[in-house]
Amino acid sequence: MFIFFLAACEKHRPLPLFTKPSSSLHHRLSPCLPLSPLAHFLILHPSASLPAATLSPPHRTINLRQKHRKVSLGFFFSQTPYFWTSTRWPASELDYAIYLAKKNIRKQGELMEYEKERYSVLHKRINHTWDFVVMQAREQLRASKQRRKADRIVLECQEQAYWLINRPPPGVHNVLDVGLERPNNFSARVTLNSDYYKNEIETSRRALGRNRVKSSICLEGFVKYSEQYLNHDPIMQGCLPSNPWISDDTAHWTMNADMVPTPTRLRVERWSFSFMELLEDSMGRREFMTYLEKEFSAENLCFWQACEDVRHGESSRIVEKVEDIYKNFLAPGAARWVNIDSKTMDKTLEGIRHPHRFVMDDAQMHIYFLMKKDSYPRYLKSDLYKNMLAKAIVPQETKKSVFPFMRRQRHSSPSPAQAATQAEDGQAKGAGQAGTNSAGGSNA
Amino acid sequence: VQRSPLIPEMATQEVQLNETLAHLKTESETLKSKLEEERAKLHDVELHQVAEKVEGLGQFVMKTRRTLKGHGNKVLCMDWCKDKRRIVSSSQDGKVIVWDAFTTNKEHAVTMPCTWVMACAYAPSGCAVACGGLDNKCSVYPLSLDKNENLAAKKKSVAMHTNYLSACSFTNSDMQILTSSGDGTCALWDVESGQLLQSFHGHAADVLCLDLAPSETGNTFVSGGCDKKANVWDMRSGQCIQSFETHESDINSVRYYPSGDAFASGSDDATCRLYDLRADREVAIYSKESIIFGVSSVDFSLSGRLLFGGYNDYTINVWDVLKGTRVSILFGHENRVSTLRVSPDGTAFSTGSWDHTLRVCDDCYFFIGIKYNQNLCTFNFTPCAPDKPPLSLTATHLPKYSNLKKHIYRST
Repeated sequence: MFIFFLAACEKHRPLPLFTKPSSSLHHRLSPCLPLSPLAHFLILHPSASLPAATLSPPHRTINLRQKHRKVSLGFFFSQTPYFWTSTRWPASELDYAIYLAKKNIRKQGELMEYEKERYSVLHKRINHTWDFVVMQAREQLRASKQRRKADRIVLECQEQAYWLINRPPPGVHNVLDVGLERPNNFSARVTLNSDYYKNEIETSRRALGRNRVKSSICLEGFVKYSEQYLNHDPIMQGCLPSNPWISDDTAHWTMNADMVPTPTRLRVERWSFSFMELLEDSMGRREFMTYLEKEFSAENLCFWQACEDVRHGESSRIVEKVEDIYKNFLAPGAARWVNIDSKTMDKTLEGIRHPHRFVMDDAQMHIYFLMKKDSYPRYLKSDLYKNMLAKAIVPQETKKSVFPFMRRQRHSSPSPAQAATQAEDGQAKGAGQAGTNSAGGSNA
Repeated sequence: VQRSPLIPEMATQEVQLNETLAHLKTESETLKSKLEEERAKLHDVELHQVAEKVEGLGQFVMKTRRTLKGHGNKVLCMDWCKDKRRIVSSSQDGKVIVWDAFTTNKEHAVTMPCTWVMACAYAPSGCAVACGGLDNKCSVYPLSLDKNENLAAKKKSVAMHTNYLSACSFTNSDMQILTSSGDGTCALWDVESGQLLQSFHGHAADVLCLDLAPSETGNTFVSGGCDKKANVWDMRSGQCIQSFETHESDINSVRYYPSGDAFASGSDDATCRLYDLRADREVAIYSKESIIFGVSSVDFSLSGRLLFGGYNDYTINVWDVLKGTRVSILFGHENRVSTLRVSPDGTAFSTGSWDHTLRVCDDCYFFIGIKYNQNLCTFNFTPCAPDKPPLSLTATHLPKYSNLKKHIYRST
């Protein structure tokens, strides 16, 4: 019966998810109650597995007061489907009160703490029908005594399970819990009018004209990428000297901080993977700048950085920043004039008249690819890079014994928010400090 | 539809409009089938075929390293700080908490004026967090270290939608935020002024997730929604560049592959899928007969070889992206996993769940040990799968122990 009950439980899902036509029912399963030892008992009673067949005929002996009659009351005695959540009988206050009253009578007041509380709350709330509640409870108990023992036990189990689900004890997860309601009908949120379809058509037309690359080439790219980055992936290969989350030692983070005198080897190697990797690492960027200064082309990187600033900065400062860029990099005779092709230059100068966030995009892209194709490969071959790679640290692996030793104290680190405030105050605080208990790390 | 017989011209117009709409719908569907045909033409090999030459991974054993307790209700969203150890998380009860996950200390807490805070994000500078949910807004809170200051006082309302906020993300700086909403749109906002910079229309239902592309030009992002579509957008023009519609149910999570050439999605149809942007098609499905619960969130390991998925059956499944097989399953949460992110340096991944907790997890290391005179000496801390020889064995530098029996031990 319990198993049967679980099967019934699967079908129950509150409205929003249930009415979605596209999703198949079995995807809507929610983990139900774990099988209790009762399940074993129930399996041993094959006659109990067919509820309809084993029940005694309908037993209507109560003369119910009309105004409290609900359709469901008629089914109290004859149909165990009442307890099947698939039938979605609403678990009302009245039903719960009757259940608790029954239990109270049967157990002579020995209810669980939370049940006692709820019982008294209900007693206050629906006091006006309390006579009815008690009467119903007594009648149901009397009727159940007339059943076969097996049927009675099964019914009691069902009832108990039903209320465990619909009125879970405090602290227990409500298995009927659902997330936020999502629309079952698309057009509830977005009007699928002619504009929408016109948009779709245009998108599809553009997509049809797209250049595609053969799968074999694309997929090969994934294999190469994961191979190249394998040693850099701590979850795959571990990290040196040790993974801080496992060993409680922050050395790995300290060694790879922004401002370290000597970087780690893996870090420097990564700069050679792509131009983007080099620029994304602040130390890599600084090194590259040093190299460009030697080559007298540092203005390219400065220009690129300034353009990034326009693109990602505050809207209110766009005009001011674009003006600065023009003065420093684009105006004839500018101190750090950048070499852009004439077509892009003309277009950019035209755009500067009405500056907006993306006005520098073309010029920025031009300089980016110039650096990528020309300066970047030469940097990788340069002595500057090679020396950096040679003196880069390869941390020693932490030796560790098998059995867990005393857990290390986990030191807090300065919050980035604190670091920023202190920088504002004129104090330079290196991010490379670990192992200091700072004010920012206390319990909130 | 009531048609007034007294105004026949209007009646005819309405009929015309309906016909036009049906006509447009058909045209749209025809074009979409044509697009699928075009996409199939260049598909000459499957991913697992290309990956045949790659060494298999063996089983990983994942373990929880930290459990963050403090939320009073379901955890709905989380994000890592760039410092690799701090986390911001939001929950159903309206609380947003900033943790130092390494020490498990709570550093900041904000109470939102609404429940179901479904989106939260850490600013790149680490100095602010953004969050929102049923209030239809996205607000930015600068993180103050003054214990007496109420964070809510400095709150800045940035985004405004007409329905719930499902996801938010800062772009490359603290100055712009990208949001997705239950009103079916995404939007780009200027934080300082709260101005709408660009809006993105094209989804037919709630948009549930988004992710920014890690590309050189940094101008695109992908979104997934209840209309089963994953759309790639140009942030400048607001246009939808690519659209993929192969899932069978709501897309709960999208995440770019580290190179930016592809993205993964997780859906209520219990599958994760990989879409290649250059090939312009779905290239892999990660599913199993035994997995029937929806995926709430996905993320890649640093090298992109592993795909982590948080599921509604309380588990986390880890997939080999190239081979398409599952390499690990992690239990531990006592309710749905609602959010999952790998840390910025890939040293661990964090999950948030409806069981009110967050966990930071990692894999266990197996290493070679040699017993000598009842004492255990260890020589290698490099992880290896238990059924395969270690990828780097350093015991050889002590040749006099080479004939002793070597055991594989598991770290704590």
